[in-house]
Amino acid sequence: MDKSQLELIRGTLDVLILKSLIWGRLHGYAIADLIRRQTDGTLLVEEGTLYPALWRLESKGWLEAEWGLSGNNRKAKYYILTPEGRRQLRLATRTWQAYADAVAKLLSATRPPAIEES
Amino acid sequence: MAREREAPLWRRYARLLGANPQADIDDELAFHLQSRIEELVAQGIPPQEARSRALLQFGDLNGIRNSGIQIAAKLQAARDRQKYWAALLQDLRFALRTLRRDRVFATVCVAILALGIAANTTVFSVVNAVLLRPLPFPDSSQLVWFTSGRAYKAQTRAAAGLSLATYTVDAFREFRAQARAFHGVTAFNPFYGNSEGTLTGAFEPRHVHGVMVAQNFFPTLGVRPLFGRNFLPEEAHSGGRPVVLLSYPFWQQQFGGEPSVLGRQLTIGGNSVTVIGILPASFDFGAVFAPGLTFEFFAPADLDRLFTWGNTLSIIGRLRPGLTVAHAQSEADVLFPAMNKAHPNWWGRYDSTLTGLKDHVSGKYRRPLLFLWCGTGLVLLIVCVNLSSLFLARSAARAREFALRAALGAGRGRLLRQLLAEGFLLSAAGALAGIGLSSLATLYLTHRASLALPLLSSASLDSSAILWTALIAALAALVFSLAPASRVSSPNLQSTLKDGGHGVCTGRSHARVRAALVTAQIALACILLTGAGLLLRSFLRLLDTDLGFQPDHASVLTIEIPDAGNRPRRTAYLQTILNEIRALPGVQSAGVADMLPLGRNRSWGIFPLGKTYPKDADASAVTRIVTPGYLQALGVRLTRGRDFTWNDDDARPGVVIINETAARLRWEGEDALGRLARVGRGNLQVVGIVADVREQSPESPARPEMYLPIMQNGPEGAELVIRSSLPPSALQSAVIAALRSRNPGQPASELRPLRTIVDLAVSPRRFFLLLTAAFAALALLLSALGIYGVTAYSVANRTQELGIRMALGASSASLLRSVLASALKVALAGIAMGAAGAWFTARSIEALLYNTEPTDLPTFAAIAVILGSVSLLAAAGPARRAARIDPVAALDGVSSRR
Repeated sequence: MDKSQLELIRGTLDVLILKSLIWGRLHGYAIADLIRRQTDGTLLVEEGTLYPALWRLESKGWLEAEWGLSGNNRKAKYYILTPEGRRQLRLATRTWQAYADAVAKLLSATRPPAIEES
Repeated sequence: MAREREAPLWRRYARLLGANPQADIDDELAFHLQSRIEELVAQGIPPQEARSRALLQFGDLNGIRNSGIQIAAKLQAARDRQKYWAALLQDLRFALRTLRRDRVFATVCVAILALGIAANTTVFSVVNAVLLRPLPFPDSSQLVWFTSGRAYKAQTRAAAGLSLATYTVDAFREFRAQARAFHGVTAFNPFYGNSEGTLTGAFEPRHVHGVMVAQNFFPTLGVRPLFGRNFLPEEAHSGGRPVVLLSYPFWQQQFGGEPSVLGRQLTIGGNSVTVIGILPASFDFGAVFAPGLTFEFFAPADLDRLFTWGNTLSIIGRLRPGLTVAHAQSEADVLFPAMNKAHPNWWGRYDSTLTGLKDHVSGKYRRPLLFLWCGTGLVLLIVCVNLSSLFLARSAARAREFALRAALGAGRGRLLRQLLAEGFLLSAAGALAGIGLSSLATLYLTHRASLALPLLSSASLDSSAILWTALIAALAALVFSLAPASRVSSPNLQSTLKDGGHGVCTGRSHARVRAALVTAQIALACILLTGAGLLLRSFLRLLDTDLGFQPDHASVLTIEIPDAGNRPRRTAYLQTILNEIRALPGVQSAGVADMLPLGRNRSWGIFPLGKTYPKDADASAVTRIVTPGYLQALGVRLTRGRDFTWNDDDARPGVVIINETAARLRWEGEDALGRLARVGRGNLQVVGIVADVREQSPESPARPEMYLPIMQNGPEGAELVIRSSLPPSALQSAVIAALRSRNPGQPASELRPLRTIVDLAVSPRRFFLLLTAAFAALALLLSALGIYGVTAYSVANRTQELGIRMALGASSASLLRSVLASALKVALAGIAMGAAGAWFTARSIEALLYNTEPTDLPTFAAIAVILGSVSLLAAAGPARRAARIDPVAALDGVSSRR
C-alpha cells in the first residue's frame, strides 16, 4: 500500500466512524461491526487503524469518550459524537458525495466530452 | 507489566481521581480482544485458537498501544493546561471580586505599592542612565580620559583646577605621534568661553555656545554627522575655511530641522562660518563632558592658534581593540616622563592618570547613586512589611472565611494560591500606577536643565526599567502575600469556626507578629530618615557657607561687546553702558566680568617680585578679568586698598587685585598691598585685597584668586552683574533697552538671578537630598500607617478587656495612656534598632556629607523625636476610641468589633 492510498483510506475511515456514531454511543468493537454490516461486509475495518483513528478524533474534540457497561456486563469505552464532530460529518458527507458523483460520472461516461469553442 | 511499574507515582494517584490514559488504553484494547474471542467461540472455535486468531487479526498490538499512549498523553497535557489556566483565571477573578468588596483595603495597598514602586523605578532609570548604561558612543568602553598633573601635589592640583589637568598643543601632538596603544587620540578645548558668541543674521540675535574640538574628535568618538560631513584636516589649520557642525537640538530650534541649512553662512561673534553638518540627536556633549551646559555648535580647534595659549586641551583616546586602560596607562607612564625630560622648556609636567571615559564622567556619582538605590530598596522593604501587616490584619478578619473554605475541601495549596493571586493582582495594579508616577518623575528630572548630573538627560523608562519594575513588583507580591499566608495556612479549623476567629490566644500571637513587623518598619524608616537628616544638615551647612559674594538681590546677563577686538573701544562701551545701567531706578551697582564664580575656571600664574620659586611651585591663581564696580556688584568685600577705576587703562601702570588667600600664600606673611607681581609678561601692582570667593565649588576651600582690569586685559566673554533689590524680571526690559541702544546686536537673553549659579553648583547635592528626603518622608508615612494599624487592631481586639477595666473603675485617661504607652513601646523598640542600624550606615555615607559628622547627635536626636511623635500621633486616634468605650456595650460581648 503506498502513501496516497493510506491517506485516502484514513480520511475515509474518519467519515465512516463519525457516521456510525450518528445514532448514538458505541464502543470500538461495535463501530467496526457496524461498518462491516452496514456495507454488507464490503468494508472491513482493521483494528490497527480503527483505534488510532478513534483516539485522534477524540483529541481533535470531534468525539467524546465515556466508560460504560457493555451488553455482556463488561467495562467498555464508549464514543459519542460532539457537536463539532457532527458539523465535520456534515461537511465531509457533502464533499464525499460530490466527489463520488464526479467519479461516477466520469467512469460511466460512454463518449468523450463535446469540444468547447472558446 | 514492567511498563506499568515504571509509571510515576502521580500517575497512579491520578488513576484514583479518574485519569490514567495508559490504563484506559489497555482496558479498551483488552475489551476489544475479549469481544472478538467471544464471538469466535460462539462460532464454535475452541477458546485457545480463538484467542490466537483474534491476536493475529489485531496485528501490531504493542505499536497501536504505544501510539495511543502518545496521543492520550498529548490530550491530557492540553487538558491539564486548560484546567490550570481556567483555575488561574478563576483565582484572579475571585481575587478581583474579593478586593472589589474591600475597596478601601485595595486602594490603600495599591497606593502604597505605587509610591514604593515609583521610587524604585525612578531611581533605577537614573542609575541605569548614569551608571549602568554605557556611554552613547560605539564601543565606548575603549574610550580613555587623560588627567594631567599627577606630578604635582594634590593640593596644588586642587588649587589649579582644570588648568593643571589639561595639556598644551605640544604635549597633545607629541603624545599622539608616539602612542601605540591607541587607535586614535583626540582632544577638545574645555575652556568653553573661548568659543561662545552671539549669533546674528536675519533673526533675533542669540547667544550661542560652542566647543573647539580636534579635527578627529567625532571620528574617534564614533559619532557621524546626521547630515553633512566631519571637519577636513585643512579646516583645522590657520587660514582654513571657518566651518561648524550644529547640535541637533539647536538645528531643530533655530532652523526648524531644515536640511537646507547645510552650506549656509552664519555669523557667530562677528565671524562668518559655514555650516557643514548636523550632529545626531543622540550626541549630547554637555551631558557627557559638561553636565548642566548646552552647546549649539562645534568648530575645529585651530591647533596652530591654541599653540601659544598654554594648557588648553583635554585629551581622549580610543584604545586599540583588546587593550585595556592598564596597557595605556603603562605606556603613558613611559611616554610622558620622557617628554618632560626631552622638553625642559615646557611650562609644566604632564605625567597623567588614565581612566575609562565612563569612570571619568560618572565615577564620582557612583557612591551617592548607590546610596540612593539602597535607599529605595529600604523603601520597598518598608512597603512590603507594611503590606504584610495589612494582609495579616485582613487574613485575621477572614479567618472564618478561610476556615470555612478549608472545611469545604479547599486544599491548603488552593488557599495559598488565592492569597498569592490577590497579592499579584494588587502588585500589578501598584506597578502600573507606579510606572505612571515614575514616568512623570523621570520626565521632571530629565527636563531640569539646571541639574548638573552627567547623562541624566538620557534617563528614561526603557525596557530594562520596566523589567526591573516587573521584577521588584513580583518579588514584593511574593513577600507580602506569603508572609501572612504562612500563618493562615495552619488554621485551627475547629476552634476558629467555633469561636468566630477571635480566640484570645491566636489574637495575642497575631498582635505580637504585627507589632514586630511595625517595629521592623520603624527601624528601617529610622535608618532612611537619619540618612536624609544627615544629608539635609550637610546641605544646610553648605548653604550657610560664606561664598565670598552675595548671591541674592543680584541679576546676571551675558552681554556682547561690540569692540571688534579694540581695547579702548571696549572700555568706552563698557563705561557708557555701565553708567546707564547704574542710573536705572532700583539699581545699586553694576559691573562686568568675563567669568562668574562657580562656573568656568581658568588659572594664571602670579609671581611676587623679589622672591624665587621652584619651577613646580603652586603659583596659579584663579583669574577673572573685570570692570570697575564688578566686585561691588557681586558683593565681594574689599578688605584693603581700592577697586579698579576707569583710569586703570593701558596708559597707566598695570594693576591687580588679589584675594586674602593669595596674599597670605604668595607673600607669606608680608603685606602684599602695593607690592609688585609678575603675571604673564607684565609686572602688576597689587592695589586691593578682597575676601575669598568660592570660585570652583561651594564645597572646596578658597584658592588664590586675582582680578585684572578689563581695560588692560582681553576678556573671554562678558557677564553683566547688576545688584538691585528689584527682581530680574522687573529690570529685564530697561536693561535690554539700554544695551540695545548702544549695540543693536545684543541678544534679548533673559536676566537670571545670580542665585542660579549657586543653585547649579549645589544641584547634584540637592538632587540627592530631595530624593532621599522624599523616600524618608514616604517611610515615615508608612510607619505612621503601621503604628495606626497595629494600635487600632489591638484596641478592637481588647474591647472586652478595656470594657472590664473601665467597669472596674479605670478612668478614660488611664486607658488612653495605656494604649499610647504600648504604641510608644513598639515605636521606641523600632527607633532603638533603627538608630543602631543608622549608626552603621551613616559611616558608609560619610563621603557624601559636608561639615557633618556621621554620628551627628542633633540629627539622631531629631529623628528619634520625629519618629516618636509621629507614632504617638498615629496612635492617638485608636487610643481616643479606647477611652470612649462604653463598658456596658463592651461587656455585652456583642459590641461592634470594627
